[in-house]
Amino acid sequence: MLDMTNPKYVLMVEGLTVSFDGFKAVNDLSFYVEPNECRVIIGPNGAGKTTVLDLICGRTRATSGNVAFKGADLLKMREDQIVHAGVGRKFQTPSVYEDLSVFANLELSFPKGHGVFGALFFKRDDAVKARIEEIAEMIFLSDHLSQKAAFLSHGQKQWLEIGMLLIQDPELLMLDEPVAGMSVAERKKTAELLNRIIADRSVIVIEHDMGFVADIATRVTVLHQGKVLSEGSMEHVQNDPRVVEVYLGH
Amino acid sequence: MKSHSHAFLSPRDMIGFALLAAMIFVVFPLLLEPFRLNLFGKYLTYAFVAVGLVLCWGVGGILSLGQGVFFGLGGYCMAMFLKLEASSPENTAIQSTPGIPDFMDWNQLSALPWWWEPFNSFAFTLIAVIAVPVVFSYIIGVAMFRRRVGGVYFAIITQAIAAILTILIIGQQGFTGGVNGITDLRTLHGWDIRTDAAKTTLYFVNGVLLFAVLLAAQFVRRSKLGRLLIAMRDQEDRVRFSGYDVANFKIFVFCLGAAFAAIGGAMFTLQVGFMSPSFVGIVPSIEMVIFAAVGGRLSILGAVWGTLLVNWAKTSFSESFPELWLLGLGALFIAVVMAFPNGLAGVWAEKIEPRLLKLTRRGDKPLPNATPAE
Repeated sequence: MLDMTNPKYVLMVEGLTVSFDGFKAVNDLSFYVEPNECRVIIGPNGAGKTTVLDLICGRTRATSGNVAFKGADLLKMREDQIVHAGVGRKFQTPSVYEDLSVFANLELSFPKGHGVFGALFFKRDDAVKARIEEIAEMIFLSDHLSQKAAFLSHGQKQWLEIGMLLIQDPELLMLDEPVAGMSVAERKKTAELLNRIIADRSVIVIEHDMGFVADIATRVTVLHQGKVLSEGSMEHVQNDPRVVEVYLGH
Repeated sequence: MKSHSHAFLSPRDMIGFALLAAMIFVVFPLLLEPFRLNLFGKYLTYAFVAVGLVLCWGVGGILSLGQGVFFGLGGYCMAMFLKLEASSPENTAIQSTPGIPDFMDWNQLSALPWWWEPFNSFAFTLIAVIAVPVVFSYIIGVAMFRRRVGGVYFAIITQAIAAILTILIIGQQGFTGGVNGITDLRTLHGWDIRTDAAKTTLYFVNGVLLFAVLLAAQFVRRSKLGRLLIAMRDQEDRVRFSGYDVANFKIFVFCLGAAFAAIGGAMFTLQVGFMSPSFVGIVPSIEMVIFAAVGGRLSILGAVWGTLLVNWAKTSFSESFPELWLLGLGALFIAVVMAFPNGLAGVWAEKIEPRLLKLTRRGDKPLPNATPAE
């Protein structure tokens, strides 16, 4: 049994396995994320990248293995408890509340009033408003606060969801393809945004865009068939012949 | 910043509330003879259910096809109290066991079942009217939502529960009055509820309670919880991964809808003078969903108007073409879903209101040089 409280790492994933009717989407996977690290996970389609995030945030239940976040055993916790422990998750397709305003989207993510009665009697005080405006400015949506989220562009929705995570101020932020479907200009802005928000927290990013990966990654993990194929700096990974063969070569 | 201020009642809401209040408290009582007024009072008891459905289904996306269960439980609790009062030993002297409800005597029961005893107390009854349905809905809610049963599956299960409860009530004739229900209710604390004067009073009590429920529903909609329900309806996972235990919110709104329905059921019993399994089962439960859909499933005021309109149409049609009514109701439901997914409230907001605004603006035109509003 590993020491789950090693302070050197924020997140420790050990021997993580999930089997869907015998198919092992993630197979005996181990990796460690340090404080303030930006870990990028790359790999071909079906490598199990999204499943790894699902396992960490509790969306999918692991068959075996350990996931420790600052000493807490995430595999034994409910999704909302994992969020409260400090793990935030952004989905691949932008998941925002289309029928609500940008302001309300951010407000619902504000880390207060999570119980039934807390939500019923939640007061929209100045601290809440100030924080929402601060985040809106960061995600370039200051002028859109009263707009329905349904009317945002695809890229703006991605930013909004990132903002909804930022307002929770998680210690570990997990982003699933944050620049997918964005224009070149939006990508640049997003890289800039990510570089600012990863400064004081640990981040796990799934991404295909290698230019973008090079921009933000501290370390890169390459997944293949549910296992780690290679791990290290961007340069190390790019020069790994196995990675070139299964992923970068085409 | 005014666009994100969520005042409890916007000017539009206030006009809507005032309009409905005028209708219920002034227009109907003035225009309708006592018999018709009592009929409208009965319709309005269904509106309690429809308002609950707006919160559960329209806002929260939880379609319950078993709201009749809670309407019925509330109504039965009230009926049990009234029945006990009507079954005093003097009134039931001809029975083989005087002092118990007549249907028990007919079914060879010789003593009041223990669980009927507390309903001798009016205070207990008032609590039970709300508590019994809420506890029942809580149990259903925990069992379903904790296991993440939702959508169509939840709707089917609630429908099955409605069917089971109907069968249970009909089967346990000696304890429940069976298919006839609990009938021949007479007095409430000695006050004869069968007179026109009493029925008019009850109509107003019902109206006040309906407004209390509407204001409670408005409070929920305007709260963060109301916005969370919308968020859950559209992106349940995002809500869950924003740190909310989604099941708790679903359980809450389902229980709230049950409590609303129960109040309606109790007021139904008082105004109509009986309660029977025909208000518990699948058909009334689905009818109540139709009331909410016709009124507009996103609008609590629309739900009341929808209930009134459909029931008024039902009474008018079924007086002349009884066999066609159910077909008409089905056609109405399909028409609303296909053509006006937001119901009457949607038609009002999209078609009528803009025209009214245009008209008032046109009315202003001939006076361009009038003193502008300061």
